[in-house]
Amino acid sequence: MTAVELRGVSVDLDGRPVLRDLDLTVPGGARLGLIGPNGSGKTTLLRAIAGLVPHRGQVTIGDAPPGGLSRRELARRIALVPQIPAVPAGMSVTDYVLLGRTPYIPYLGTETRRDLAIVADVLDHLDLGGFAGRALDSLSGGERQRAVLARALAQQAPLLLLDEPTTGLDVGHQQQVMELVDTLRRDLELTVVSAMHDLTLAGQFADQLVLLDGGRVAAAGPARSVLTKEVIGHHYHASVRVLEDSGGGIVVVPVRPAVAIEPERQVTHEQPA
Amino acid sequence: MTVTERRPGRAELPPGPHRGPARLGAAPLAIACAGLAGATLVAVLVGPVRLPPGAVLAELAGRLPGVHLRSGLTRQEAAILWELRLPRVVLGGLVGAMLAMAGAAYQGVFRNPLADPYLLGAAAGAGLGATLAIAYGPDTGSWPVDLLPMAAFAGAVAGVVAAYALGRSGGTRSATTLILSGVAVAAFLTAVQTYVQQQKAETLREVYGWILGRLTTAGWREVALVVPYALVSTVLILLHRRLLDVLAVGDDEATSLGLSASQVRLVVVGTATLATAAAVAVSGLIGFVGIIVPHTVRLVAGTSYRRLVPLSLVGGAAFLILADLVARTVAAPAELPIGVVTAFFGAPFFALVLRTSRRVL
Repeated sequence: MTAVELRGVSVDLDGRPVLRDLDLTVPGGARLGLIGPNGSGKTTLLRAIAGLVPHRGQVTIGDAPPGGLSRRELARRIALVPQIPAVPAGMSVTDYVLLGRTPYIPYLGTETRRDLAIVADVLDHLDLGGFAGRALDSLSGGERQRAVLARALAQQAPLLLLDEPTTGLDVGHQQQVMELVDTLRRDLELTVVSAMHDLTLAGQFADQLVLLDGGRVAAAGPARSVLTKEVIGHHYHASVRVLEDSGGGIVVVPVRPAVAIEPERQVTHEQPA
Repeated sequence: MTVTERRPGRAELPPGPHRGPARLGAAPLAIACAGLAGATLVAVLVGPVRLPPGAVLAELAGRLPGVHLRSGLTRQEAAILWELRLPRVVLGGLVGAMLAMAGAAYQGVFRNPLADPYLLGAAAGAGLGATLAIAYGPDTGSWPVDLLPMAAFAGAVAGVVAAYALGRSGGTRSATTLILSGVAVAAFLTAVQTYVQQQKAETLREVYGWILGRLTTAGWREVALVVPYALVSTVLILLHRRLLDVLAVGDDEATSLGLSASQVRLVVVGTATLATAAAVAVSGLIGFVGIIVPHTVRLVAGTSYRRLVPLSLVGGAAFLILADLVARTVAAPAELPIGVVTAFFGAPFFALVLRTSRRVL
């Protein structure tokens, strides 16, 4: 089954075209990586799928008629983790994750025992049980990102959109977050679409990559076919070396053309006599 | 796909006590209500004529249905209680409750700790309305209704409607645009008000007195005027308090959670404006309540609007009743403007809470 289908989708922001006549089909259960240079339209594409920006063309979510879903219904089918989530001062992790139940709670109603049980379950699943009463703004970057993922999971949406989920995390936490997302995808049969800057992580954690440039799909396919020295050099204007690790994964390493280090600017470190 | 389906029975488990969301809880509300009851009793007892507490309690209880008590109050004392003290205390409580609740609501929808009920031009509009009524209004001494509160009410509502219309005219609906529109509308209305004041210099004193706030003309008529707005706005804002927590993550994320942020903002701002306009109409511009009370509650009870709105409501009522008590007693028989008292005593108290609390606003 198809999770998302885009046909001729275009988005203009402030009169400037950001997405141009985009066609894309994401099968259910897929893990799709959106890559591309800054300003290529990755975030806008995620926002167009989530119904957060006005667009032309057709966005179809699952088996729903195009444009036929209300805001609440969309939120039950799509959970979006923004690049820089708002962190309300003083809000507890439980309260924050409970926000994910908003599309299920009547407009002027309050949460049910089932909502609370789902929140407790999600917290357990993401090892956040010990943080339930902690203020969100007191968590470390990695813990906070897990809380944001927990809120998205509480939405129980089959489609998870992640906008640069590893922003601001060190290399260890980047791997942990991406492994967690991958585990959740398998366990919960989610479809995951992630916009990613880190091409190596993108190659490791996506079956298919879509490279956007100038609001159009510039390349698409498995990592091996998209992450080539030539494609990256052309679209990112970057010098890279593309390696294959022992597990068969693709590793993209930025390289700098040889520059002679000027001796007088060399940093020296001498032991005091 | 559900998370709970994988763990049979888990969904039925009640959440542990440490897991619970920010609920109001009986204890904080009970403490706030006890504070309000204490403030009310003290304010009713204290004045130029001291009333005996036991007799007052008996008199009040005697009015309850099915209770027959002889209070022992003289007719004069009973008149002081029912015609002077109680209406003023009740009005002070209503005005304080409305301003504090509206302040909390404004801070929630605008995600701005500096927001107060006067943010979107309500104060400037009410000020202009009152000034026009004082400067150009006919002598309404023989009228069954007073023109001043109606003019202030209409001015407050018109100010906010103008700010809202201006804030949305550019096609954008962001909270910041709306706040800036409020600043522009307030500046314009204040300029007009100042011009009218200059033209009619003899009205300066009366207008100034109104701007500093007053509960001196309080009677049951003013209470009756405020009660319908107080009831409607209280019910609506209490119903929206969970949604104010959702708005804390910003318009965009709230929208992705299935909520129309602009719709919630419109309803809450409209409701809070009605409450503010009704309060301003009968009491003038009493400043500081809408800022200090919600922030004090935040520092003591946390930032969730589920607690903040009801506790601000009760706390605001108690605070203004006590402020009015100070206003009418410290310089008796003269009265201080209540706005001066709320700032003079409120600011140091707020500073104290700010210093002693470890919570983040």
